[in-house]
Amino acid sequence: MKYLKETAIIFGITMAGEFLNYLLPFPVPAGVYGLFILLTLLSVGIIKVEEVSSVGDFLLDTMPLMFIPAGVGLLDSTGEAGEILVPLVVITAVSTVFVMVLTGEVAQRIIRGAQKKEAEHE
Amino acid sequence: MNDVIHSSLYFGMLVSVGAYLFGVWLKKRTKLAILNPLLVAIVLVILFLSVFRIDYQEYNKGAVYLSYFLTPATVCLAIPLYRQLEYLKRHTFAVAASIAAGVAGSAVSIFIMAKLFQLEHVYYVTLLPKSITTAIGMGVSEEAGGIVTLTVISIIVTGILGNIIADWLFQIFKIEEPMAKGLALGTAAHAIGTAKALELGEIEGAMSSLAIAVAGLLTVVVVPLVSGLI
Repeated sequence: MKYLKETAIIFGITMAGEFLNYLLPFPVPAGVYGLFILLTLLSVGIIKVEEVSSVGDFLLDTMPLMFIPAGVGLLDSTGEAGEILVPLVVITAVSTVFVMVLTGEVAQRIIRGAQKKEAEHE
Repeated sequence: MNDVIHSSLYFGMLVSVGAYLFGVWLKKRTKLAILNPLLVAIVLVILFLSVFRIDYQEYNKGAVYLSYFLTPATVCLAIPLYRQLEYLKRHTFAVAASIAAGVAGSAVSIFIMAKLFQLEHVYYVTLLPKSITTAIGMGVSEEAGGIVTLTVISIIVTGILGNIIADWLFQIFKIEEPMAKGLALGTAAHAIGTAKALELGEIEGAMSSLAIAVAGLLTVVVVPLVSGLI
């Protein structure tokens, strides 16, 4: 029963997300709407985290699996890129590295700066 | 034998799950960062299909059901986020500033390289949404006049690459704060990066989940501002 109930809640919120995606004119996917719906329901206390966490943690745990079909399909679609393939791959790779390092550095500096300040106050 | 494979819906799922399990086992065994379970699984499935001469369509007939769980899984990213909400509230500025820097950095780096490669406008706008989650990225690309299928390819390549190289990048650049790691993964490599962040820990997972949404929405605003530059 527990799993059944959790699954029903999660699918229900997913559908609500699809509904918003259909109704509202923004390019926001159903999953992201659903994320905020669930977060709101959890914060307000309408849903307790124990009421979604077994199935939820299972879905999060198996999430990498869900990307395998798309990853395997990449090989099938390299043809579509044609002559643009090389610049596309190079730009994608370089900018991914750049964005990851930049975001991480900025966050780490701010966090450590704040920690230092706190330490000085104490 | 072949008939069973051709008609089975579970074949594609079994191959995917089996390949991923092997990837997890291999990673535990060798502790090598390059043997990322997702990468190992994708390569194994590709090898398997080509050795046994099975079409991608044949495989995907069953495997596609795995991807259908992506939407409810994205919804469930709210769970780690909720568990870390207090922590998040204390660091609002770090979250906002780093994601904004990442989104701006993405646009600038793509602009510079598109200039270097002398790309046409259509390819430039195709690449602009490459760091954000597929569903948002497709909309942004379409809106800006890009080629949506190419955008999807670059989004998936970005995610898988980000998932694979994160450990290594964090080591080289000494990014040690769990929160910084999570924000970096979610901003640079959307949901596929977040899958990696969840493996690293709950704070990483929560921050990465949040970054998917915030970076995605910020990109929706930023792309129309810079799409006319080339």
